[in-house]
Amino acid sequence: MEKNKSGKIKTSVWDKVFVVCNTLFMVAFVIITLYPVLNTLAISLNDGTDALRGGIYLWPRKWTFKNYITVLQKDNLITGAYITVARTIIGTLLALVANAILAFIVSRKNFIFKRSLSLFWVVTMYVNGGMIPTFLLYKNLHLTNSFWVYVVPGMVSAFNMLVIRTYMAGIPDSLEESAQLDGAGYTTIFVKIISPLCKPVYATVALFVAVGQWNSWFDAMLYNRMSSHLTTLQYELMKLLSSVTNQGTSAEAMKNAAGTVTPTSVRAAATVLTMLPIICLYPFLQRYFVTGLTIGGVKE
Amino acid sequence: MASQEKKKNITWKEIKKQKVLIIWSLVLVIYGVIFYYLPLAGWAMAFQDYKPKNGLFHSAFVGMDKFKQLFSDASFIRVIRNTLGMGVINLIVTFVMAILFAILLNEVKSNGGKKTVQTISYLPHFLSWIIVTGILHDALSSTGIINELLLKFHILDQPLNFFAHPKFFWPIVAFANVWKETGWNAIIYLSAITAIDPSLYEAANMDGAGRWARIRYVTLPGIKPTIMILLLMNVGNVLNAGFEIQYLLGNGLVQSVSQTIDIYVLKWGISQNDFSIGTAAGIFKSFVSIVLIVIANQIAKKNGEERLF
Repeated sequence: MEKNKSGKIKTSVWDKVFVVCNTLFMVAFVIITLYPVLNTLAISLNDGTDALRGGIYLWPRKWTFKNYITVLQKDNLITGAYITVARTIIGTLLALVANAILAFIVSRKNFIFKRSLSLFWVVTMYVNGGMIPTFLLYKNLHLTNSFWVYVVPGMVSAFNMLVIRTYMAGIPDSLEESAQLDGAGYTTIFVKIISPLCKPVYATVALFVAVGQWNSWFDAMLYNRMSSHLTTLQYELMKLLSSVTNQGTSAEAMKNAAGTVTPTSVRAAATVLTMLPIICLYPFLQRYFVTGLTIGGVKE
Repeated sequence: MASQEKKKNITWKEIKKQKVLIIWSLVLVIYGVIFYYLPLAGWAMAFQDYKPKNGLFHSAFVGMDKFKQLFSDASFIRVIRNTLGMGVINLIVTFVMAILFAILLNEVKSNGGKKTVQTISYLPHFLSWIIVTGILHDALSSTGIINELLLKFHILDQPLNFFAHPKFFWPIVAFANVWKETGWNAIIYLSAITAIDPSLYEAANMDGAGRWARIRYVTLPGIKPTIMILLLMNVGNVLNAGFEIQYLLGNGLVQSVSQTIDIYVLKWGISQNDFSIGTAAGIFKSFVSIVLIVIANQIAKKNGEERLF
């Protein structure tokens, strides 16, 4: 693209100014994005009382793992972690299987109810009962105060189904036809022929669902508030953060028997532990969500 | 005629052949009826004086009374203003920032730099609102980095408690949305930019177009269809964007500007057990969303743009 051979000096000066400004913008963007996360990490690894003096930016001044040890001794956070891992794994598997089956059915070109079935699901994207009727429904189905409220209600989603369907539509029909000639039924075609080709889009949808499961807290608060054994990591983190948001004072720290652990430092450690798995994983999954977003958003 | 006849002949054979598909779609339809359509029956509560002990079938019918009650409540009017205001501001700033970021990132020459910045830009999207609001509380607290910088550059004389002033709440919410979603939202624009025919850029270069002209006359028109379709898809979601962050960041001092329709529903419906009012507010929200989608779609149609339906 560097073809400016006509040598317009004015343009190239402006071009250089642009490049410098653009680079500065990108650097500022990266700093604003990363600084809060790295600062939380630094505080979580720093002595609590010492951190109250301020001046901790990107690197701990007085190293300690005490904050993490304190967090790992909190039973409610451990319970929350177990439940969160369980709902992420089970919820993702259920959603993937259900959305894949539905997408497979809807993308069969000669399926007799193809149009009506699509319409039935697309409507659900725009119309929903709202919070109160949904709450009462779950209560009547005995889903409240139960683990299943995390994984069953959101299992099929029209959006995820459409993402998979768009991908399946790109697979040549000849594959299905030749399998049918060999006597394969729809189950075989789905399991043995279509699904192996759909691995990339399955990964995409699995990623979307898993992130949603890992980060959700509202369902734990609304439906399972009374069942502390069904709490989730994010909900526990929320309770931890809101209980100390306005009181990270040294007086609070003095009350602490250890003397070196403060609410601020403990919640920094809890925050880091909660975001760690996702931060470690997402860079390796980039190509999956990039393709998923592109087919899901542009083509619909 | 011939094809119609053929279709008729096939039907029974086809049904038999498609038995598996039909059974599975039936299972999924039952699931969909229970979890997506059955709650709609609950809308009846909005027209009743719903009492849990009487149930949906024996509660007294009150017509539009609950809606009248809702609209005579000054706090509900305020809540509508907050939801629409924050929704529209967030929609605009996140859109503009994502497009700007995508275009500027595309102008970065070094491939490694581009990739690194992009990877970092996704990160906040994967953090929950719990974490993001926690970080915001830290950054904006009286000892936080923002106050520290403002004091250092003598913009302020003493630390400012940002969460105590209603005038800061909407901008904080908008900033948080931009911080969390800019990189993620830019993904689609970046891939749309990659799909632009390179010969267009070459032609622009031949004509002596500078960087600005290339962006203005090639890149922007190239991603315009993507911008339009995303705008359309998001207009219907304007009212849905108003819950988590407002719920987590709001406090007694700013509740006049922080409370949204969803928070109102939660407060009246779940905490106060007034299911009828909560449902009525929810119906109003759905209604406004659908009206917004239809209007946006109509505008797109008139301008000859792509549309949803």
